[in-house]
Amino acid sequence: MRTRSYPHGFSVAFQGSVCAWMVAAGLVFGGASVASAQDNPQALRQDIDQLRREFEALKQQYGDRLSALEAKLAATEGATPSPPSGQPAPGQPGTAPAPAGAESQTPAPVLGASIGNAKVFNPDMAVIGDFLGALGTNQMQPDPFGPGTHPNAMQLHESEAAFQAVVDPYARADFFISFGEEGVSVEEGFITLTSLPGGLLTRVGKMRAAFGKVNSLHNHVLPWADRPLVIGNLVGGEDGIDDAGISVARLIPNPWMFLEATGQVFRGDSGTDPNGNPLFQTTRRGELSYVGHLRGYQDISDNANIDLGFSYSRGHNGLSDGNVADPGSLVTQLYGIDATYRWKPLQRSIYHSFVGRTEWIWSRRDQPTGLQSGGGMYVSGDYQFARRWFAGARYDRSDRPDNAAALDTGGSFIITYWPSEFSQVRTQFRRTNYALGPSANELLFQFQFSIGAHGAHPF
Amino acid sequence: MKNTRLVVALAGLAVFAGVPAIAQSKLNVMTTTEDLASIAREIGGDHISVDSMAKGYQDPHFVEAKPSFILKLQKADVLICVGRELEIGWLPPLIQQSRNGKIQVGAQGYLDASLGATILEIPSGNITRAMGDVHPLGNPHYWMDPENGKRIAKEIADKLSELRSGDSAFYQQQLTSFTTRLDAAERRWLAQMAPYKGTKMVTYHRSFPNLAERFGLDIVGYVEPRPGIPPTPQHTLDLINEMKRQNVKLVLVEPYFDMKTPMSIGRETGAQVLVMPPSVGGVKEVPDYFKLFDYDINLLIEAIKKSGAK
Repeated sequence: MRTRSYPHGFSVAFQGSVCAWMVAAGLVFGGASVASAQDNPQALRQDIDQLRREFEALKQQYGDRLSALEAKLAATEGATPSPPSGQPAPGQPGTAPAPAGAESQTPAPVLGASIGNAKVFNPDMAVIGDFLGALGTNQMQPDPFGPGTHPNAMQLHESEAAFQAVVDPYARADFFISFGEEGVSVEEGFITLTSLPGGLLTRVGKMRAAFGKVNSLHNHVLPWADRPLVIGNLVGGEDGIDDAGISVARLIPNPWMFLEATGQVFRGDSGTDPNGNPLFQTTRRGELSYVGHLRGYQDISDNANIDLGFSYSRGHNGLSDGNVADPGSLVTQLYGIDATYRWKPLQRSIYHSFVGRTEWIWSRRDQPTGLQSGGGMYVSGDYQFARRWFAGARYDRSDRPDNAAALDTGGSFIITYWPSEFSQVRTQFRRTNYALGPSANELLFQFQFSIGAHGAHPF
Repeated sequence: MKNTRLVVALAGLAVFAGVPAIAQSKLNVMTTTEDLASIAREIGGDHISVDSMAKGYQDPHFVEAKPSFILKLQKADVLICVGRELEIGWLPPLIQQSRNGKIQVGAQGYLDASLGATILEIPSGNITRAMGDVHPLGNPHYWMDPENGKRIAKEIADKLSELRSGDSAFYQQQLTSFTTRLDAAERRWLAQMAPYKGTKMVTYHRSFPNLAERFGLDIVGYVEPRPGIPPTPQHTLDLINEMKRQNVKLVLVEPYFDMKTPMSIGRETGAQVLVMPPSVGGVKEVPDYFKLFDYDINLLIEAIKKSGAK
């Protein structure tokens, strides 16, 4: 508020000094004329009147110029996004109408965003709350959202804090810290080098791997409250392949389509399977895990496009073939194909859209008892039938990772409502038929809400 | 064998000789909207190639960050955006994935066209999302005023001159020509609109404050209860009553909004409902920045005459 009172103090002082100067000058000159026109009181009076008029005119002129200056100052100040303040400044009510008045006189162009403090370098911050609820019983998977500690009706599943900013002319950084009801984890935290030669988009840090589609997505951009069965069974569940490592992605020039190849190297610790065992687990420095992904994208028309992906991943699973010297020698390999079809009529893009998606995943898991080769898939469709409403369905099937002969199947219906761009309510009916236990019918609820910086819309 | 080598060597030479020539030939300009593309075309003429990402008939707040845009941005020398957070939902990830150092925010090839423009509706005091999808840096639809069109053009001319100092005289000359023609057109538009100063109207979104200010129109309400929030029954009812009270006979709707609520407002109040493009390309009769005002002003005047609104 100091900046607000400054111009007034300044103007008052300035006006005061002008007056003093005028009076002094008046006395001096007045004194001179008093001397010369002593014997003519009539002329003296005229002189004084003349002086007074001149003084008034000058005062008026200065006053006008000063108030114009003040108005301009107030206008430029009004343009600056002022930091939220608890108490109103005494000068504020007086200055508030000034910009309007100033604008009617001279439309002072409001130039650039001039935010004069160091806060501009703070990262963009946002917090996304993910509240989940469940009804029904599920004996096979007591926590309805994957192996966890919340078998009961409600949980604040995740509070994700995002911090994002540009680091320097060559890089930006993104942090996503995930708070559970107990415990904190770094979901992602990486630097992206945006302008390396050779068109290499490089990320270093902890990140969700580019295996398929769902694995790379955060909970809050999924069209479901949960993750598909095949992700839970074969790709490490909710956390999935999410590890510390280095990622390099390059566009492959060709005249036909968008083609991007991604190669990633990770430490080798990721994911949890439905039995609570890790998907990848490293016991030595040399046991890294790898992900390769090839993505092709093509616009079919202005309104529709298709997105295809091929993925491969390999890592040690922490199991031993009995060799004491190498306790974690066994390996799990994953293969994936994903396809997404999107339809969004441009002119009515905020009202109607459709996304159809499928992922097929095969797992080859070496175990002390031998190789388990299983597979699974999901196919889902989401239709936006009004500006705020979405309806969707999903079909699931997947073998279990440690026992490829056991096939789980399932299906879901989903309704989503967006009160605004920043919150979302969802209901999902889910049925799961487990190969090794009783089937489960569940009703899942989700309430998501975000505060802070406006994030990008997911694509 | 020798011949083959010679051919290869010659081909190699041709490629290397060709590279600087190609690099110097045309600046590759990408814009986020068709309005900026149109103005850039006026300034750059045949010295640049211009392409825009969003179509004029689509809501510029909600453009999909398609990978095909990444390919276009990868090859761009200049990226011109509207700024004022209009593109905040889709442009940042595209820039990030473009692998193009030239157009990163703050780099030489990145131009925020709003920096010289007169921006209205800059919120003061505490801003919260309870106000809807409010833009903290002011209303981003500022190109709907020919005066701002000139300012955008100057920004673009300066940027192009900065990147191609050899072509600077050309760009400045194009700018002078554009400004002169726009001045003449603006005088014509102002004269056309002069009899209808103070005409009251309602718009769907806050897309037209700059247009209203320039041409003396009086926007008394919005179909959206708050920016970006779809119409609610209560707000629509209030708006209808307010329109009846003030005798408002015009409703302007951007081409990408649903007509249902505006049409029912029109039926209740007897107001004309106009699909009014706020952007070049919004309807097919509007291929450039001049035609945008020609079209909108003619549309307005015809509707005002027909409805007797004043």
